[in-house]
Amino acid sequence: MKSERPLTEHIKPDGSALTLKEYEATGGYSALKKALKSSPSEVMNTVKASKLRGRGGAGFPTGSKWSFVPQGADSDTPKYLVANGDEMEPGTFKDRLLLEGNPHQLIEGMIISAYAIGAGISYIFLRWAYHEAAARITTALVEAYEAGYLGKNICGSDFSLEMYLHTSVGRYMCGEETALLNALEGKRANPRNKPPFPQVSGLFGKPTIVNNIETLSNISHIIKNGPEWYIGLSKSEGGGGTKLYGASGKVKRPAIWELPLGTTLREILEEHAGGMMDGYQMRGVLPGGASTDFLTNDHLDIKMDFEDVSKAGSRMGTGTIIVMDDKTCPVGMCLNLEQFFAQESCGWCTPCREGLPWTAKILMALEEGNGQPKDIDHLEFQTGYMAPGNTFCALAPGAMEPLQSALKHFREDFEEHINNHRCKYRH
Amino acid sequence: MRFKQYCMATIYIDDKKHEVKDGQNLLEICLSLGYDLTYFCWHPALHSVGACRQCAVVQYKDENDTKGKIVMACMQEATDNIRISLRNKKGIDFRAGNIEALMINHPHDCPVCDEGGECHLQDMTVMSGHNYRRYRFNKRTHKNQYLGPFINHEMNRCIQCYRCVRYYKDYAGGKDLDVFASHDNVYFGRSEEGTLESEFSGNLVEVCPTGVFTDKTLRQHYTRKWDLKNAPSICHECSVGCNFSASERYGTLRRVINRYNGDVNGYFLCDRGRFGYEYVNSKKRITHSRKRSGLQQGIDAFSDLKNYFTPGIRVMGIGSPRASLESNYLLKKLVGENNFYHGITAAEGKLIESILSNLQNGNVRTPSLAEIATYDTVFVLGEDVTNTAPMMALALRQANKNVPRQKAYDMKIPHWNDAAIREVVQDAKGPFYTATPYATKLDEIATQTFFGNTHDLLEVSQMLVSIFRGEKKIPNTENKLMTDFAGRLARALLDGKKPLIVSGTGMMSEEIINASSAIASALKDLGKDVGLSYTVPESNSLGVELLGGKYLDDAFEDGERSTVIILENDLYLRAHKNTIDSFFSKCEQVVVLDSIENNTTQQADYVLPAGTFAESDGTIINNEGRAQRYYQVYMPKNQIRSSWAWIDMLLHNSDAARHFDDIISEMISAYPVFEKIKLLAPTADYRIGTQKIPRETHRFSGRTAMNANISVHEPKPPVDVDSPLTFTMEGFHGIPPAVDIPFFWAPGWNSIQSVNKYQQEVGGPLKGGNPGIRLIEPLSNGLKTQFFKKEKFAMAEGQFEVLPAYHIFGSGELSAKSPAISERKPPATIGINEEALAAAGLSGSDSIRIAFNGDSLKLPVKINNSLPKNVLTIPKNFPETFGITFPFYSAIIG
Repeated sequence: MKSERPLTEHIKPDGSALTLKEYEATGGYSALKKALKSSPSEVMNTVKASKLRGRGGAGFPTGSKWSFVPQGADSDTPKYLVANGDEMEPGTFKDRLLLEGNPHQLIEGMIISAYAIGAGISYIFLRWAYHEAAARITTALVEAYEAGYLGKNICGSDFSLEMYLHTSVGRYMCGEETALLNALEGKRANPRNKPPFPQVSGLFGKPTIVNNIETLSNISHIIKNGPEWYIGLSKSEGGGGTKLYGASGKVKRPAIWELPLGTTLREILEEHAGGMMDGYQMRGVLPGGASTDFLTNDHLDIKMDFEDVSKAGSRMGTGTIIVMDDKTCPVGMCLNLEQFFAQESCGWCTPCREGLPWTAKILMALEEGNGQPKDIDHLEFQTGYMAPGNTFCALAPGAMEPLQSALKHFREDFEEHINNHRCKYRH
Repeated sequence: MRFKQYCMATIYIDDKKHEVKDGQNLLEICLSLGYDLTYFCWHPALHSVGACRQCAVVQYKDENDTKGKIVMACMQEATDNIRISLRNKKGIDFRAGNIEALMINHPHDCPVCDEGGECHLQDMTVMSGHNYRRYRFNKRTHKNQYLGPFINHEMNRCIQCYRCVRYYKDYAGGKDLDVFASHDNVYFGRSEEGTLESEFSGNLVEVCPTGVFTDKTLRQHYTRKWDLKNAPSICHECSVGCNFSASERYGTLRRVINRYNGDVNGYFLCDRGRFGYEYVNSKKRITHSRKRSGLQQGIDAFSDLKNYFTPGIRVMGIGSPRASLESNYLLKKLVGENNFYHGITAAEGKLIESILSNLQNGNVRTPSLAEIATYDTVFVLGEDVTNTAPMMALALRQANKNVPRQKAYDMKIPHWNDAAIREVVQDAKGPFYTATPYATKLDEIATQTFFGNTHDLLEVSQMLVSIFRGEKKIPNTENKLMTDFAGRLARALLDGKKPLIVSGTGMMSEEIINASSAIASALKDLGKDVGLSYTVPESNSLGVELLGGKYLDDAFEDGERSTVIILENDLYLRAHKNTIDSFFSKCEQVVVLDSIENNTTQQADYVLPAGTFAESDGTIINNEGRAQRYYQVYMPKNQIRSSWAWIDMLLHNSDAARHFDDIISEMISAYPVFEKIKLLAPTADYRIGTQKIPRETHRFSGRTAMNANISVHEPKPPVDVDSPLTFTMEGFHGIPPAVDIPFFWAPGWNSIQSVNKYQQEVGGPLKGGNPGIRLIEPLSNGLKTQFFKKEKFAMAEGQFEVLPAYHIFGSGELSAKSPAISERKPPATIGINEEALAAAGLSGSDSIRIAFNGDSLKLPVKINNSLPKNVLTIPKNFPETFGITFPFYSAIIG
């Protein structure tokens, strides 16, 4: 009986991690053995066929990404596989569930992925604050090595893989794949220009694939159950599988749910999250975490997939929804977010480094009652200044998404702050 | 450096069609074509990283696209048919907005900031059109650090272009300047305060586009760029001959700034050259002619001297390797060939002779400084290049990057994509081998190092030559380290596409010089594209050698004593004090021409005030055999003038010297080896239209007020009869011939980035060609250098070979008299291996005494465990070691 919730069905109610034995009892590592019997390119094609798209936010087809890694006897070695576990997007906590609940699921997925691309060394790059996950992954890695799933000649095959846990020192910037690679190399976490892409020149200048935790956690299931099954799980044409959706804010049941990719916003918020808490109305949502544009009540029936959310003027991003209620100040919420982004700027490029603090200071002035009439126009100017392409990476453009949509949907709040010299939401 | 052959691409800039070399980025193309596009983080020597976002232009999909999108020109390859616009409003607004963002934290320092008037940020701000300030909040501020006597630190002005750390760490190999923190709080400095360690730290003042890093020596006597009087000059502090502009106001030399020469120094200088000029302003300058005693009232010392100079008296002339060709030539003419002495001892002279012979008669070419950076495999034999020819060390550091970078080029990463190339390269180094008597700074980039005394290094060389000549019997040695080193080095040199052998006079050994030539020659015979570079002691060592003359040893022994004229030479540096004292006591009259007091001027009967590089015109020949011209910066208000002028007046018993051009013509007729010098620079009658070339900018201020305290009538400005330059602001305000460029400036480009407008393409040669003319080329089938193995010198037990240790700050005779440089001078010590000290039973001794030439020297001990156990080092040209001839042999006598 093939599962409908492959990623989370075995996660224990008490939240403790599955041991190796427990994982194997659910069928764990059987996919790995199956994969090792086929060729790496067969594995890669299976993943391509499954229409798995990256779950870190960009949604790039995973199999395609893997196919850009140069192969063949003349290609550069060692190749690297890196799992991006630097989940620091405000509002996002889906990878944490997987890392703490079922680390072997990730590990198995990584081994299969490394096999597909010919990587000999792999890293789990983990957010500093995920101490619990770090401990559980460490234990799981020991178990995996002892069982012969890692190290030399895995399961008696010719394939060998080393896997290391690397805990970050705590910057949001490290979630950007090229900054992550620089951080892993011991350099400053500034991003890199592309091209060249990491697949060609990545970690230490070698061919590297960086994938999200949730993406990699899907791999063993795709191999075990086949790409058609995976496509069948989804409600969306554009991609296969399930998606971990989350919701936070003043909803009755903030949580994570594994649902078919393409479940509607309404279903997630009303059915699974139970709707707003009593006395609150939903005013807007950030569908994929802090760096996405606000959607409003008008958008509740869109499918939460890569295409529909984009058509509605936002991004699905990580799929963890931040709900803004009608008793929360939109200006204050933007201020909170922009202060975060300003602090997390790496300081490499001018618009982000200078524009974000300026934006935050203007919002602070508004909140303190010191706003000036030209401030709204200036905030709009900043959102144009930090548009995609103008900055070196996507941090600042992402930071502008909530602000630009707040100015569009909640402009009256900004105007009132300025005209009345106070925030009406304060008690 | 570019290895590819370029195709052309057609690009459209604001609908104007251009044919450009393929493979470049749009920013360098726009700048090369003369467009004014703003930028900060790109630099022609550091290339692109795309951080500052200032060079944004609008790119169109095709002819029909009117909207376009913003791209960064420095990171955009100029592909065929690409269409961009600099005039598109979106781009203009973005660039202005970007400046606005950079300015939000920038202090309103312009009036008090040293950079003002030559500030790239000022230029780009005006160019972008940004004006009104909208930011109303507080500025972030930083604390500054003490960085040493050369550089001032003012971090509030930083616009975070990252150029400083990219230059200091990536280009120059420095370790102690870095970037800290993040977001709008990034900080560029040291992890703790202290003097910057790199010998090339001074370039920060030009690399930094704002006033964060400024010239501390200039600050002591600050002057705005527009108020300076400038001249194109050549550094006299070592033999490399870097080009710089020297600048004056109110009779004081204010600063030295790089003068681009694409064949020599490019964009950079070393710290000795940049900060070593202050001796020009020293109170110890000789400003008037004087006679020690017996001068009659009302008669000036020079007139007295001229009267003394009657025909028939025998005069000896001692020249100098730090004086110009013209001065040496005229002295030789004045005293006659038989009475002219080189100014250096035979010990040094034979070294220069060997070098000249190897370069003129051998089959290996000596590359220019810029070309050195294009070699891919390097062997340094016996030379501490960082201290004897610092800019050569900087070029060698670039050469070391060529092999690792090839991997990136093979991956089709463009040469200008700096970050991507360095990501592929990681820590990889090219093949680089050094064999020296002690550890040198270039060891940190070396694949393998070997330490040995002179004999050891000759043995290594012999092995190499034998391997290259395919001699069956390769010299045997029990020294496994040596065999291993020689074997690997031989392999590397044979594998290299472009190997370079570097040596010089550092070890004071003719055999070392000939060994390096033999190695290079053997490689050449195998068909390798090999180069041979030498350092020589002083700025005109090769030049005076080409002029020819006897050596000082002959002068000292000369039976007939009469009058000696010493040209810009402190003889106490050349030989032991007793020898020089004895020589002076035998002379009837001692006439000295020099710029600054020294031990020799104290012994003189007559002293004539010679100009330094700042007050003289002249030609000097660098270690590559490149003749280069320097021009006087200003007309001193005392008796200082070029040495050749004094000598010419003595020659003709006149009150005025002939014109410089006449002297050069005469010199060239007499010495055909200097014939090409005719082509070096235009003569004094050169005009652009009817105009000469002004030394002052057209914004020079204060002219009418400057002398008002003396007389309200403005004095007639001095006329320069020796060059096409004027001492005023009047003249041609465009681009003069490259050799005559006194300063770089262009409309809208007040900073040093204005050099872009003077180049054929950015980073390329100056328009009209880089100045300087090579005088030495190899013979195509030249003489093979006979390589003589030095007879094994049987050193007695407890004997040491004593070799010179060179110090960039301290070993230079003139720069050591400049305060900032002398502050960096280390104390004089004897370098010794601690095991050697122990073997002499002196472990823990603070100081030891050694013997030489019937004298002895006691100096504090400095342990240096890279030294072989039978080698000691003492500093070259320190007051404690003046006049010592190296190498010598000594035991520890106390």
